[in-house]
Amino acid sequence: MLSILFYLFATVAVFSAFYVTKSRNPINSALWLVTTFICLAVLYITLDAPFMAAIQIMVYAGAIMVLIVFVIMLLNLGTAVKKRYTHALAWGAGLSVVMLFVTNTFIRRGVPTGKVGDVTTQTIHNYGHTELIGKAMFTDFLLPFEIASILLLVAIVGAVVLSKREV
Amino acid sequence: MTPEVLSLSNAPVLWAAAMLVKILVAFSVLMFIVAYATWVERKVIGRMQSRLGPTMTGPNGLLQPIADGLKLFFKEDLIPGEASKFAFIVAPMMILAPALISMAVIPFGGDYEFSFQGVSYLMPMQITDLNIGMLFILAMAGLGVYGIVLAGLASNSKYSLIGGIRATAQMISYELAAGLSIIVIFMMSETLSLSGIVAAQQEVLWGITSLPSWMHNWYIFSQPLAFGLFVVGSMAEINRTPFDLPEAETELVSGFCTEYSSMKYALFFMAEYANMVTISAISTTLFLGGWDGPFFGWINFLIKVFGFMFFFIWVRATFPRLRYDQLMQLGWKVMIPLALGNIVVTAIAVLLCQ
Repeated sequence: MLSILFYLFATVAVFSAFYVTKSRNPINSALWLVTTFICLAVLYITLDAPFMAAIQIMVYAGAIMVLIVFVIMLLNLGTAVKKRYTHALAWGAGLSVVMLFVTNTFIRRGVPTGKVGDVTTQTIHNYGHTELIGKAMFTDFLLPFEIASILLLVAIVGAVVLSKREV
Repeated sequence: MTPEVLSLSNAPVLWAAAMLVKILVAFSVLMFIVAYATWVERKVIGRMQSRLGPTMTGPNGLLQPIADGLKLFFKEDLIPGEASKFAFIVAPMMILAPALISMAVIPFGGDYEFSFQGVSYLMPMQITDLNIGMLFILAMAGLGVYGIVLAGLASNSKYSLIGGIRATAQMISYELAAGLSIIVIFMMSETLSLSGIVAAQQEVLWGITSLPSWMHNWYIFSQPLAFGLFVVGSMAEINRTPFDLPEAETELVSGFCTEYSSMKYALFFMAEYANMVTISAISTTLFLGGWDGPFFGWINFLIKVFGFMFFFIWVRATFPRLRYDQLMQLGWKVMIPLALGNIVVTAIAVLLCQ
């Protein structure tokens, strides 16, 4: 059952990721990307990570992509970009196939040892995924978390300063 | 004998049947409320403006929603020649679906106990109890904007485009405010599951045992500011008057749905009212103790939901539409700082009370 779901959503994800690059209209590309994000969210759920799935949809599909669509609408890029076929496309396709094979060989090179870490499916079912992530983020990884938030704050201040020079 | 919770593992057939019944009942009640919300809205606004509202179709105009539905159903379905066809057709569905899906995680009653073939089961009156319930609702609310954006873009009309751009900016800003304002609820209830939040509100008010026992710890008493921010924020998020800038009839000729006709236009309106019901149900669950109250489970819930819907209609009859810069100022300079401040204060209070 789970593997059927996985193959279904993985196929849709790959298919829509392909169409992100293929479609001529930026709006259509954006929508295909949203489809990819939703499929990834479903894959997170099958991996017992419901919090990641919800955050994936909320942040990527619900906020970042909406902003991208907003910019596309504001700059009126809605018209299709007509571009002819170039050799760069073929090079890109060839390179990505090679990368796929390299990744595949790297993944298959190791042998699973069966070692189990702290967080298993059982702990997730006992404590809940959200609780585990929250605990890890605010105790073990507090410093990286704070550094990331300061980085974001700097970005926000920078955006305000750049857009409001004379105030 | 203690009843066991009905689940897929202990009684698969019964579970599936109960699930189907729950989905059907929730969906048809929602659709009924959506249809008759239009009638109530016309009647109430009519009263407030010294008019009568619909009177001709049926007694007191009670058949008006059905007549409207039939009229829209049999109208010609126009698709503008310059519109991008696929997106134009998909957009109304993309706006209605998230509005309906959110109802799946809302508990509309306490556990219902029944016995089947000698075994007694406990059926939760909720379609599914996700342990990330509230995040799921926020995620679906975030997806709701795509319908409006697509409708605005695909129509290939200037009014629709402006409506779409306004909707995007507005929904992004107020999603933040509404989302930040309910974080305090998670801090106090220590769960994201909606049934867990309802259960957390059934203790004695503020933990003071000398108060009468019927005064329950509804979060509206501890978090009145968060309640106000959430209601205003979500009202703006679903483009309800006075925040209906995306469809502003007087300036944008109903904005993103200018080019729509027939059933597609009806879908936009169904989505608006379905969103209204959903927001009322969420506010009820988060702040007013859900199905908790003096009557039987779902009756309390419906009373509170209807109260909220009346409030939304009342607001529509009372306030004029905001200007665009006022809207942005209210969202970013008033509501988000207030919500952040509320989070800090609540965090300190929770830490001290532990």
